[in-house]
Amino acid sequence: MEAYISLFVKAVFIENLALSFFLGMCTFLAVSKKISTAMGLGVAVMLVQTITVPANNLIYHSLLKEDALSWMGITGVDLSFLALLSSIGMIAALVQILEMILDKFFPALHSALGIFLPLITVNCAILGGSLFMIERDYNFGESVTYGIGSGFGWALAITVMAGVREKLKYSDIPAGLQGLGITFITAGLMSLGFMAFSGIQL
Amino acid sequence: MSAILNSESKKVLIKPLINENPITLQVLGICSALAVTSQMSTSLIMALALTSVTACSSAAISSIRNHIPGSIRIIVQMTIIASLVIVVDQILKAFAYEISKQLSVFVGLIITNCIVMGRAEAYAMKNPPLESFIDGVGNGLGYSLILVIVAFFRELLGSGKLLGIEVFHLSKDGGWYDPNGLMLLPPSAFFIIGLIIWVFRQAKPEQCEHVDFKIMDIAHGEGGHH
Repeated sequence: MEAYISLFVKAVFIENLALSFFLGMCTFLAVSKKISTAMGLGVAVMLVQTITVPANNLIYHSLLKEDALSWMGITGVDLSFLALLSSIGMIAALVQILEMILDKFFPALHSALGIFLPLITVNCAILGGSLFMIERDYNFGESVTYGIGSGFGWALAITVMAGVREKLKYSDIPAGLQGLGITFITAGLMSLGFMAFSGIQL
Repeated sequence: MSAILNSESKKVLIKPLINENPITLQVLGICSALAVTSQMSTSLIMALALTSVTACSSAAISSIRNHIPGSIRIIVQMTIIASLVIVVDQILKAFAYEISKQLSVFVGLIITNCIVMGRAEAYAMKNPPLESFIDGVGNGLGYSLILVIVAFFRELLGSGKLLGIEVFHLSKDGGWYDPNGLMLLPPSAFFIIGLIIWVFRQAKPEQCEHVDFKIMDIAHGEGGHH
């Protein structure tokens, strides 16, 4: 249990996908102008991440990994080079299915999160989470924890960023730095703040 | 060669470098880029990989653009891009194993790099293959330019080296330069990109963004200028 808590804290703070690996930056910068939209996107990312990382973990361990097909009597086959293609396919399909399910059974949630879901397919944080899971060889339990943690960390980062940007629009910024430039500097300062967690060993 | 590169395609090639740089103006493709810029060598490889993927995928998508049904075009584009990235990934693993280890998941993340998808969607779906290829190269180079500038400063100031060759004599070996450890950490990449954008926009004021709230000129009283 302790190992899972430590993995969760690590995924949220120390190895924050947005601020220490720069993943999902396009959406991170584009959709962080208002706290409410940023939060909506953050929740959607968390939801998708929680589903896709374990799903990709199952696919990888039961179909693609070296000798993973031995249960079918096929040995010596290593399909791990297909991981990229299968991960992105899995993500695209799951996002589509999730959108349909939300539309059918939770219309209120769909109208809140619906517009963000197509954006998420091409969000690097989602694919990055799955690829990190493969690279670090997580088992199923760890992949569930990592999926929730990394999604939560990303949601936290974008919400805080939106809070800062809402205040920032009233300040006097040099013309050339206005908008994108100052957003990068702010993200850098936030990333510095998150680095303070890096010494923590659990 | 000169017949291929007429003035139109030259414009397509040059425009994304400064005037319509995908990173500083269109905010595309920063996702997978910044983490690889702590060294020149990794960022050069990354730039090369991205440029070739963008160019080839644009050409491939453009050549079948009239046969792709609109409703499934994203999936088709994704599949083409993902296959090209797998090829690049395998080539790197075969010929530059050390660097491919350092790049870790970031080669795979070229799939979701907004530049590749963005060019496929915005340019390749509407233009013939050759122009799309050149447009891909141009945008890849625009991305590479920023990547190399960032990596130059990060490696030079962070470890006193360029491409692994010592430029500044380090103080721990009896030299004069004390390396700035911050430059090797993620935040510095944000700062450098922010500063690059500032420089670009200072030089080209038309790229500046619209201001939501203008600061009132206090000296002229309440009414102020708007």
